[in-house]
Amino acid sequence: MRYVNEFAQHYNYIVTIFLMVAGLYVVIARGNMIKKLIGLSIFQTSVYLLYIEPAKILGGTAPILDPAYKVYSNPLPHVLILTAIVVGVATLALGLALVVRIDEAYGTIEEDEIFEREGDA
Amino acid sequence: MSKLAEHLPILQVVVPLLAALLCALLRRGSLAWALALAVSWIMPVIAILLLQRVLDGGVISYRLGGWAPPWGIEYRVDLLSAFVLVLVTVVGAAIMPFARRSVAHEIEGDKQAWFYTMYLLCLTGLLGITVTGDAFNIFVFLEISSLSTYVLIAMGKDRRALLAAYQYLIVGTIGATFYVIGVGLLYLVTGSLNIVDIAARLAPAAAETSRPVFAALAFLTVGVSLKLALFPLHVWLPGAYAHAPSVATAFLAGTATKVAVYVLLRLIFSIFGVAIAFDTLPVSEVLLTLSVAAMFIASILAVFETDVKRVLAYSSLGQIGYITLGIGLANVPGLTGGIVHLFNHALMKTALFMSLGAIVYRIGTIKLADLAGIGRQMPLTMAVFVVGGLALVGVPGTAGFVSKWYLAVGAFDRGWWPLVFLILVTSLIAVVYVGRVVEVAWFREPSSFAAGAKDPPLSMLLPMLALAAATIYFGIDTEASAAIARRVAEGLIGGLK
Repeated sequence: MRYVNEFAQHYNYIVTIFLMVAGLYVVIARGNMIKKLIGLSIFQTSVYLLYIEPAKILGGTAPILDPAYKVYSNPLPHVLILTAIVVGVATLALGLALVVRIDEAYGTIEEDEIFEREGDA
Repeated sequence: MSKLAEHLPILQVVVPLLAALLCALLRRGSLAWALALAVSWIMPVIAILLLQRVLDGGVISYRLGGWAPPWGIEYRVDLLSAFVLVLVTVVGAAIMPFARRSVAHEIEGDKQAWFYTMYLLCLTGLLGITVTGDAFNIFVFLEISSLSTYVLIAMGKDRRALLAAYQYLIVGTIGATFYVIGVGLLYLVTGSLNIVDIAARLAPAAAETSRPVFAALAFLTVGVSLKLALFPLHVWLPGAYAHAPSVATAFLAGTATKVAVYVLLRLIFSIFGVAIAFDTLPVSEVLLTLSVAAMFIASILAVFETDVKRVLAYSSLGQIGYITLGIGLANVPGLTGGIVHLFNHALMKTALFMSLGAIVYRIGTIKLADLAGIGRQMPLTMAVFVVGGLALVGVPGTAGFVSKWYLAVGAFDRGWWPLVFLILVTSLIAVVYVGRVVEVAWFREPSSFAAGAKDPPLSMLLPMLALAAATIYFGIDTEASAAIARRVAEGLIGGLK
């Protein structure tokens, strides 16, 4: 019963860590450059969760100065992650653009095929 | 004037950022270059003014938008950040006059303005990391500099440049994300993002047993180590340096890894402090082991390379090993050595990569075999290479000797004399890889490539000669840079005991 309790209490963190490791695994294990970028995106997204989860309080509102509201969610992590999302989108866009150029230059986006052609790259 | 002087820290970020935007709008390569040159020459003036003010009056704290820290973002310039600001801006100022011809030669006409835009964005990011006192702000600037770096690398002529840029993008993003995870854990523990505030809230007694704090230190260290190419995390660096345009390589080799080292220093000494990083956790042992491995393995790999740019790239990895060795020693002389080497290595590596850029400009190749006899054809260019090479080895009278001297003293102070022996041995390996290039360039009959070459125009030659002269100057007048570095080291170690 204790374990079930622990699991229920840390359920959100378990999801976060699972996404984190899964994303990182995809980046390392896949040779297809698009799939690598997808993995990278999942990895980055898991970090958004890491920030947002502790900041959200059930029933909490935005921090508005009004006697009607007593419980607030912490706005700072939300704002930070807004920035991080923009960074993530920019990274993904640049990564995809590079893959397009690589495809034009090599005719493939499989890493091992490219390494075969280059030898030393 | 005094009103403006108050705003010097923010100018370090705003000026290149706005200039980057203008550069993108100008579209013409030569106009963009002129703007980038003007900015690159203004920045060191601001940086030196900042250094002067910090030397006279202590830490400068700047409130962004007037919000008081720790709620608002604080820009905080202490001696270490001022020192790194001067280093980055001076390298930029030396490279820009050199850049016009080299970029015109290596990059297509309609892309030149974009090159300068990316260069200015990269400069913005690097200076921003150095000047800010906010842990999350560092991440944002880290990504600004990284994203522009990927583009700079991808502009290389060879199609392998695209591959190198892609690989660096993957590794660099993982590094930056690790950094954010670390910052997130610290925020969960302390509720603050201001570096000074975090340090104050990480009360040593409670933090020394806190698992999230340990995890944060691990994530942050690994993330930043990816960026600074500490030994097992270095795979992206040789390809990126080898295939990027010459100007980009010279700039990145002189600045990007150095700023990453700065972040590592901030993390270990300003956030976690000596008590957590060195007494509770084995950061010192890990850094020392990896540094020695980097010094050996990278230097040996450099000996067997046939592409001179790659030789220097591997040598950079080895030299980064010396810098982290200084951090790992964690005593005043060792840390002084590491910080001085940060500065000295930037000077010599930029000079070396610029001399290679000049060779590419003249003969279009930097394969070792093609460089035969180039020394007689381009004597001044190769003289710069020889001076830089001697400084890499650490010959007395060059800047490299000063840093290695301090590192050796630091190792002696700890009683680790085998380490002194290792520093000596790796210097001897440097003799081999530098000597190989020098031998081919000066003592062989000119190859078909080298035959008609001559020294590049003055606009390329003068910056190289200036950096080479600086390398010798800081080797003879040892107090100029080492005195500041010692004050920085004393501040880092003493301030947080």
